[in-house]
Amino acid sequence: MSTQTEPPETDDETESTPEAEAEPEPRSPGDRRRAEKAAREAEREREEAEAEPDLGEDAVTLKVFRYDPEVEEKAEPRFDTFRVPFEKGMTVLDALIDARDTYDSSLTFRHSCRQAVCGSDALFINGRQRLGCQTQIADLDDDVVRVEPLPHQDVVKDLVVDMEHFYDQMEAVEPYFQTDETPDDELEEQHQSPENREKIKMSTRCIWCGACTSSCNIAADDNEYLGPAAINKAYRFAMDEREGEGMKEHRMELIEQENGVWRCQTQFSCTNVCPKDIPLTEHIQELKREAVKSNLKFW
Amino acid sequence: MREYDVIVVGAGGAGLRAAIAAQEAGADVAMVTKLHPVRSHTGAAEGGINAALREGDDWRDHAYDTMKGSDYLGDAPAVEALTRESPKETIQLENWGMAFSRDEDGQVSQRPFGGLSFPRTTYAGAETGHHMLHTMYEQVVKRGIEVYDEWYVTRLAVTDEEEPEERDCEGVVAYDIKRGEIEGFRARDGVILATGGLGQVYDHTTNAIANTGDGVAMAYRAGVPIEDMEMIQFHPTTLPSTGVLISEGVRGEGGILYNSEGERFMFEGGYANNEGELASRDVVARAELNEVNNGRGIEDEYVHLDMRHLGEDRILDRLENILHLAEDFEGVDGLEEPMPVKPGQHYAMGGVETDEWGATCVGGLYAVGECACASVHGANRLGGNALPELAVFGARAGRHAAGDVDEASEITTGWSEDSEEGENVSPVALGEADLPSSGKGALADGGRQSPSGDSDPAVDAQGAEGVVEHAVQAERTRVHYLLEKEEGVNHAEVRSELQETMTENVNVFREEGALKDALEEIREARKEYQHVTVEDPSRTYNTDLIHTIETRNLLDVAEAITVGALARDEFRGAHWRKEHQERKDDEWLKHTMLSWNDGSPGLWYKPVVLEGEAKTYEPKERSY
Repeated sequence: MSTQTEPPETDDETESTPEAEAEPEPRSPGDRRRAEKAAREAEREREEAEAEPDLGEDAVTLKVFRYDPEVEEKAEPRFDTFRVPFEKGMTVLDALIDARDTYDSSLTFRHSCRQAVCGSDALFINGRQRLGCQTQIADLDDDVVRVEPLPHQDVVKDLVVDMEHFYDQMEAVEPYFQTDETPDDELEEQHQSPENREKIKMSTRCIWCGACTSSCNIAADDNEYLGPAAINKAYRFAMDEREGEGMKEHRMELIEQENGVWRCQTQFSCTNVCPKDIPLTEHIQELKREAVKSNLKFW
Repeated sequence: MREYDVIVVGAGGAGLRAAIAAQEAGADVAMVTKLHPVRSHTGAAEGGINAALREGDDWRDHAYDTMKGSDYLGDAPAVEALTRESPKETIQLENWGMAFSRDEDGQVSQRPFGGLSFPRTTYAGAETGHHMLHTMYEQVVKRGIEVYDEWYVTRLAVTDEEEPEERDCEGVVAYDIKRGEIEGFRARDGVILATGGLGQVYDHTTNAIANTGDGVAMAYRAGVPIEDMEMIQFHPTTLPSTGVLISEGVRGEGGILYNSEGERFMFEGGYANNEGELASRDVVARAELNEVNNGRGIEDEYVHLDMRHLGEDRILDRLENILHLAEDFEGVDGLEEPMPVKPGQHYAMGGVETDEWGATCVGGLYAVGECACASVHGANRLGGNALPELAVFGARAGRHAAGDVDEASEITTGWSEDSEEGENVSPVALGEADLPSSGKGALADGGRQSPSGDSDPAVDAQGAEGVVEHAVQAERTRVHYLLEKEEGVNHAEVRSELQETMTENVNVFREEGALKDALEEIREARKEYQHVTVEDPSRTYNTDLIHTIETRNLLDVAEAITVGALARDEFRGAHWRKEHQERKDDEWLKHTMLSWNDGSPGLWYKPVVLEGEAKTYEPKERSY
């Protein structure tokens, strides 16, 4: 295990810092590069020490939530501070990766596509649910980037939350296409009008990141509530003209239940945080209207 | 030990389709994926699915375009399976509810793509992969197929017969990321690798960070030959700062490339007098770099892709996602300004050698999707041909693994009488530096034989279970070693050195000296990897450990790419060699093959199959 050294700048809260770089005999290109990297790092530290204490122009301060039930020194939740060099176009995910790869390889978070389609790096960044890869540090308008796991979810470790309940809620709405009848010919399409495709388009953009459900006060208090993501998934199918009337009734029954659409209190927090701009609250309201209409039919 | 008929490793498009097909054929199926299925990189595919659906089009034309695009390195039986079955698979997706873009009459829309003689690219906005991934996962949920998400398969359990063709794959070893436990999965009928790409070998790639060539490397170390690894596709339009992909759909819809002098260089520079921006990807990627290298790049780095003239309505209808990507990752409003683009690593056309059913030469082991080489893309994949590949070969392998196919294969796998020995091209020894704990001289990584003699007698069980147990034991030893080692280097250092080397020396333009330098540097990186250590001691969600294991895979695939690139002394498709500026059909209508087998990688060749059912594809000059 590497030891941690004093921080490069005088920030009392800095706990994780660059590894001490010994200067061994260069034995490979890797060593050579490491030696150069260490020299660059030292140069940067010297420059920073000489510069003004405010390094906001060329460095970013990350305050990152840390917790690991298995490791004694991390079992008590805390925040670590990292200082990483800022580059134009840098995202919060870039900064986290830099902090992890340079200072503390145990820093744990999910990430993969880094282009806002895989949904794995939904985080609580400066008090709001966002995708790390989609959040430009320059746009945060704050000297410190505060990164926490999604609220209202169990934390597995550091920034990783348990998504099982979220997935269970998604599955509870029968999230798959079901038609009254399917074509016999394997080359026959089930035509859909461009207008109907347009109607469901936004709902199909969901990447299951969990930001909306994490932001929802109702979902936070009520584990049974389906939550905005699952209801949006139900909307995607309920509004698809290809499924047929019989299936639509079935879908409406599913979302009209006690834990469905009526729990929504129209606070718009889900809509506000959705990284794919899905009008979630609107979809929920539309389903409420549909539910009322379909109930009225029987009176 | 968990036991299933068929185990699918990876849950992107190919894996999901394979699981569905195997389950429909009656198999008890489990999927094991290091991500969650909806996090898979198929979700990032933008352009579309090529399928000859319409009147005036024909799967034979699609096959011809694909063979031509492949620069005659595709195998015709696989290409014809792809193009013949793509319409059925595409409409299958439609029937599963996939939200394709629609024409006025309600039919699925199609658009033109590079290298295609008919506008047969079926699409869902510029987010086709996202829709496809989610639609397939929905079907997996509907069918109740068991998914082990965030379980990382790190080793195949393969019997230890001397010849790979006589080995059997009995299962896999997987690491439960959340709990930190290593467990065996026995597959009674088959293991299907669907682990996707290897773009993390390069530092500028459209690939996800999780795309580390795991399946290719695992199969390679279990003795399965890997094929045409030098054929790396560089996509001509990626955002310079991040490598994020700008779909070929932009050029398909009429987007134009300009250099710093405002010239529409694809035409004016004479790179593709007929097709211009819609020439195939290798041609456009080289043209862009040539402009930059000759001082006509913008900021000496990139060119401009302009779609403003398409008009806001059309852009919003068909390319809306591109606006978001350009805005989020480059700060450019595509409605107001041209977008900066440059080539970036995009797709591995080579991979695990399979026949047209996805079967490898090892019994019960299959590979599909990007990790496989069937081979349908040859030296250059046409845009819109990766998504049908997932569906067609995923379905075929799923059925085959479940025992639902009794057709013979046209494509032979493994060493055969048509194979030809290759000469050692590398200036340094390949692939030998290994973790000290795993011993040297093993027949193959995953086999039962334990040359170090330190196997646990408790797991000395016989039969298939014994093979899996032994592999589990070997993997536990390896992980224990990585976690316990006190001093060493971090995987991130080795990985970034490797990425820099590959980007510098094994990129779009290739030279003999640079390729040799790369092999030497990869060798050094291997030696350094001997000293790799995992600093995080935790068993809970240890990404430090996962990335360390992935880095070993990157080393193996990077080396294979470079060996293939050095061996192939000609210019074909994506593979450009400075010293060899022509396609050499007399010598090189053959696949480069690399086998790890007994721990000392060997190079060999097998001929391309140009004879298909529809016709024999005679090599012609590729002009666009």
